[in-house]
Amino acid sequence: MEIGKTDPFACEVYMTGTDTSVTTDHSATDTGSVDFPQDRSCPYHPPTAYQPLRDERPLARVRLYDGRTVWMVTGLAEARALLADSRLSTDRENEAFPLPTARFAGVTRRRVALLGVDDPQHATQRRMLIPSFTLKRTASLRPQIQETVDRLLDRMIGQGPSVDLVTAFALPVPSMVICALLGVPYEDHEFFEGQSRKLLRGPEPADIEAARDALEDYFVRLIDHKQKEPGDGLLDELIEQRLNEGVLDRQELVDFATILLVAGHETTANMISLGTFTLLQHPEQLAELRSDAALMPAAVEELLRFLSIADGMLRVALEDIEIGGQTIRADEGVVFSTSVINRDSASYEEPDRIDWHRSTRHHVAFGFGIHQCLGQNLARAEMEIALRSLFDRLPGLRLAVPAEEIPFKPGDTIQGMLELPVTW
Amino acid sequence: MRIGIDKDVCIGAGQCALTAPGVFTQDDDGFSALLPGREDGAGDPLVREAARACPVQAITLDD
Repeated sequence: MEIGKTDPFACEVYMTGTDTSVTTDHSATDTGSVDFPQDRSCPYHPPTAYQPLRDERPLARVRLYDGRTVWMVTGLAEARALLADSRLSTDRENEAFPLPTARFAGVTRRRVALLGVDDPQHATQRRMLIPSFTLKRTASLRPQIQETVDRLLDRMIGQGPSVDLVTAFALPVPSMVICALLGVPYEDHEFFEGQSRKLLRGPEPADIEAARDALEDYFVRLIDHKQKEPGDGLLDELIEQRLNEGVLDRQELVDFATILLVAGHETTANMISLGTFTLLQHPEQLAELRSDAALMPAAVEELLRFLSIADGMLRVALEDIEIGGQTIRADEGVVFSTSVINRDSASYEEPDRIDWHRSTRHHVAFGFGIHQCLGQNLARAEMEIALRSLFDRLPGLRLAVPAEEIPFKPGDTIQGMLELPVTW
Repeated sequence: MRIGIDKDVCIGAGQCALTAPGVFTQDDDGFSALLPGREDGAGDPLVREAARACPVQAITLDD
């Protein structure tokens, strides 16, 4: 099936439940004959192929591309317990760590800072960074984020009245914000945005290796330069307070820079593009949001739950774990499909509906446990400011082409729109 | 109510301060802290939610 080209439009099919391809054959979920990951049929709903897994809570079995069967966590309470369980590891150097797609199989297993290390090393790394991502620090960045958003909207409106919202707005907002925070020159954005895209999506293993090397090489040179001519970003702080003091080595700093830059722009860019698309497809909810600006923080939280763009967190069990009447054995893989977990009907009433007034607390869109997103409060601020300003400035914003013609990302990467042609 | 914060466990996600801003804050190192004068939770019903929101269960409550 071609991505985003289903007929009739899969978003409506999902809501009305008339898609005959959806099976309720539960034998599939016991034996792990449902493949993971799969493409969404609608950019904002879980893949329809996961429907039988949604009914199989709190754990199901799924099959990875290499034929390996792993656990898929589908219940919210169990997901929270397991993501906070130190017996599940994120160490990608572990041979038993599950791989989501073939393109990662050809890539050398190498340590990834923060996301790919367990405690106690993880705690040491994270503690160097948390002062820069507190609620207070994030709040202090709001005027700067607003200024960036306003400038980009001015430029976009000048280019209009038809643009691709991804390239004109959704991507540059978080890209500029993370550059300013880290002290990375935004002039280099085409380079690092392109490399980040290759790092996450390949398509070939060699592309991923090359992108990783290119980004590393870039940061080695940037850090050299900053040691001679310091700036005022987080990287400069880390150089002065950690690298020069000998408590952080150069490779670790390069690894930090890479993950912070990639995680800092790709994810939020997808939330802005997919969030905008979703709001345009839900005119009633959009109208309500526009009539009451105070709803925005709750709306961002509901969009985080509803869209669940990081839809495939991976872990490997280090020991046997009893949960939900099942036993996850040591060395077994565990996947967390956040789109399924965040629509657990035991936790959320009518989970497939957008409702700004529901309690969205305890969703796992940012993960849970020690790896819960470091930049989540920055992401919230960016989404609030970007979405509010976009719809304030352009009350007539609409899709420039039929929704079903707009391409979105495949299921094996962070979810979002590949393009978003809009007009006003 | 007695609120305990285990700073050895805290990862500075800020969920407590986001959920119950009338009781919790983050210190300069990013760790969870109690606002002066609110150490007993000040009867705020959100304190329980804040403890539940903590991704690493660093907050303990004693009634």
